[in-house]
Amino acid sequence: MIDIRLPALGADMEQATLLEWRVQPGDRVEKGDILAVVDTTKAAIDVETWHAGTVSALLAEPGQRLPVGAPLATLSPVDGDTAGAAPAAPASAGAGQAPAVDSPARPAAGAEPEPAPRGAGKGRRRVSPSARKLAAEMGVDLDALGREGRTNIGPAAVRAAAARQGTPVAAAAGKAVTAGRPAVSPAARRRAAQLGVDPERLSGSGPGASVVRADVEQAAGAAPPDTPADAPAARAPAQRTAAMRRTIAAAMTRSWREIPHYHLSEDVPLERATRWLEAFNAGRPVAQRVLMVALYLKAVALAARHFPEFNGHYSERGFEASSVVHLGVAIALRGGGLAAPALHGCADQPVPALMTALNDLVRRTRAGRLRGSELRDPTLTVSNLGERGVRALHGLVHPPQVALVGFGRVSQRAWVRDGWLGAAPVVTLTLAADHRVSDGHRGGLFLADIHDRLQAPESLAQLPLQADRDLQAPEQTP
Amino acid sequence: MSAAISYRQALREAHREALAGDPRVLLMGEDVGCYGGSYAVSKGLLEQFGPERVRDTPLSELGFVGAGIGAALGGLRPIVEIMTVNFSLLALDPLVNTAAAFRHMSGGQFSVPLVVRMATGAGLQLGAQHSHSLENWFAHVPGLKVLAPATVEDARFMLAAALADPDPVVMFEHTGLYNLEAELNAAASEPFEAFQARVRRPGRHLSLVTYGGSLPRCLAAADTLAAEGLEAEVVDLRALRPLDAQCVLASVRRTGRAVMVDEGWRSGSLAAELSARIMEGAFYELDAPVQRVCSEEVPMPYARQLEQAALPLAPRIVAAAKSLFGADLP
Repeated sequence: MIDIRLPALGADMEQATLLEWRVQPGDRVEKGDILAVVDTTKAAIDVETWHAGTVSALLAEPGQRLPVGAPLATLSPVDGDTAGAAPAAPASAGAGQAPAVDSPARPAAGAEPEPAPRGAGKGRRRVSPSARKLAAEMGVDLDALGREGRTNIGPAAVRAAAARQGTPVAAAAGKAVTAGRPAVSPAARRRAAQLGVDPERLSGSGPGASVVRADVEQAAGAAPPDTPADAPAARAPAQRTAAMRRTIAAAMTRSWREIPHYHLSEDVPLERATRWLEAFNAGRPVAQRVLMVALYLKAVALAARHFPEFNGHYSERGFEASSVVHLGVAIALRGGGLAAPALHGCADQPVPALMTALNDLVRRTRAGRLRGSELRDPTLTVSNLGERGVRALHGLVHPPQVALVGFGRVSQRAWVRDGWLGAAPVVTLTLAADHRVSDGHRGGLFLADIHDRLQAPESLAQLPLQADRDLQAPEQTP
Repeated sequence: MSAAISYRQALREAHREALAGDPRVLLMGEDVGCYGGSYAVSKGLLEQFGPERVRDTPLSELGFVGAGIGAALGGLRPIVEIMTVNFSLLALDPLVNTAAAFRHMSGGQFSVPLVVRMATGAGLQLGAQHSHSLENWFAHVPGLKVLAPATVEDARFMLAAALADPDPVVMFEHTGLYNLEAELNAAASEPFEAFQARVRRPGRHLSLVTYGGSLPRCLAAADTLAAEGLEAEVVDLRALRPLDAQCVLASVRRTGRAVMVDEGWRSGSLAAELSARIMEGAFYELDAPVQRVCSEEVPMPYARQLEQAALPLAPRIVAAAKSLFGADLP
């Protein structure tokens, strides 16, 4: 038996008054025939039947006011009509099919009963558009949800169903899985190759738990990401050293393999520099004293501004000179190992400030508290062997940089001035450089520039306002 | 001048300067003369320069754009105002098949020094037919140049650059920008380059790349992100053809993450084009896939809340930016 109920004939219709019946019990009706006329607040509207059959009983009286959904009549189906007690969507009815699913507010005219088409549960099943989309993406069976008796299905219900179904929520959550491999960003992969780290074994902090560049740098054992608020990841010293050794090995192997080196050296007298330092440090507490290395760094940084072919990075696209000079300072670590983090702003700081920054950098490097930018940024490295080192440093360029400036031990040497033989403090300054980017002529000029700046420590120590002011004609050594 | 002026006033001043400075320049379009322009850009210009220089045209984009092309071929420097990009569809044939093509088809013998200005964009509840952002259609065509001034300074100075170009230049003015106010520096620190992108706000964690009416939205989003410790670099494309990919690539190489914000629909958008260029030029510097924030893929709704939901506004930009990072923001 088919129940004919009062349909909602307008989105905001709640009730109507039955005006008249157009059929009587026993009448045969076909789909589309008019059963009754009802009066809504706006107009008199015909109620059609969506089923063929024989009118069985009329359940309302003309003049009666009925709410939407109230039973109007019953129809006994014709043989062959599939509708039973729970009419599924009639095979060829238009709006009659699964009305509960598609029109949340409005049952089809001709009255499907409210239960979901499969007949289970009370109430019309309503699925929001976003839930429908999510269900399609996640492979959730909305009919199954309907069978459970859910009436208003939103995205949360779909996700819960997906979780129960065991559908991988990964797709919806956006987990970045690429063809079975863990996801590693291009930048991370490249950095990993540079640092000798296997990125696929790392846990990632990027979107979808992908491995990003910062993760690789952190794993290389030297620094947490560049945020002051973060505490560095605690790592056992032995682990860190081993990781660092691997990193250095990878970098040096790559340097040896890829970079065609040339080497130059120059002896630089340091009388004036030594005298200037003594005068500056006299009367100053130890913590404020400046060492020769600060003058070295300042001289190299200023010179590098004029020789861009020694300051930058080499990649598969070729050499890209850097517009700023970030000197990497080679720092030996206790227990073996070497780091060459960037000392930012060498060219711009007065020498005393530079010395302070250098002390801080050395301290943090030895404590393993470097910032990502300090590892990433060096454009040219300076290595100073200091007092206990040897006469000259012949080093390897640290890729992707293209030059390494070395300073040996300052020692008293025989030195000719004005035709007379005397003694002077002298340091051997060396350059190892990438022959793909520069040649010996330019290298020689670069070293000569550094040499000249070290002969004028007073101007070296001041804040440079314009680079050209510092390129003074070298004075004769007395 | 140090007083603040509006984008609209800056455009008017640009027109005044152009009309006064070159007798070949004329402005033509619907309601540009007596009415003063449907967005009041040309108010007062008819009174100042007369009906030969400021011409009201009949209601036929096809007709008056064609006439403008003829005027340009004939030696004048017309500025054709099409009321909005929505109506430019009626004039696509002369623009694409004549203006854009003549230099090529004539073997370089002549070109069409035409400037077309159009209002564009949505946000004023003008419905599906009057809310388009079709800048990408014009940026698709070789032979055209496309500019999108998004600041008062660009509104003031881009017109001159467009007029100086011997080939057709289309300039888009987002309707939401006409009331934008800012001070203009009397002496600019650098020479004005129209066909270059510019970093409007530096940042090191991600790049927000946009143009036109979405620039203020990106700046607002950058403020919100900054409060949470995420520094967004905002790049204003300014020119949509040719695209200044180098500026965008330099930014993305620095930050490793990019979000394109484009009021056009996603599919076949300028955002998609830039995405491809970033992939081509900065693939190994990317730490996350490039995101696109565009208008929802529907005809623009009339109802206010639906229109706002469809547009690429600041909250969606912020959400897209955050999705580039994992659970822990840097």
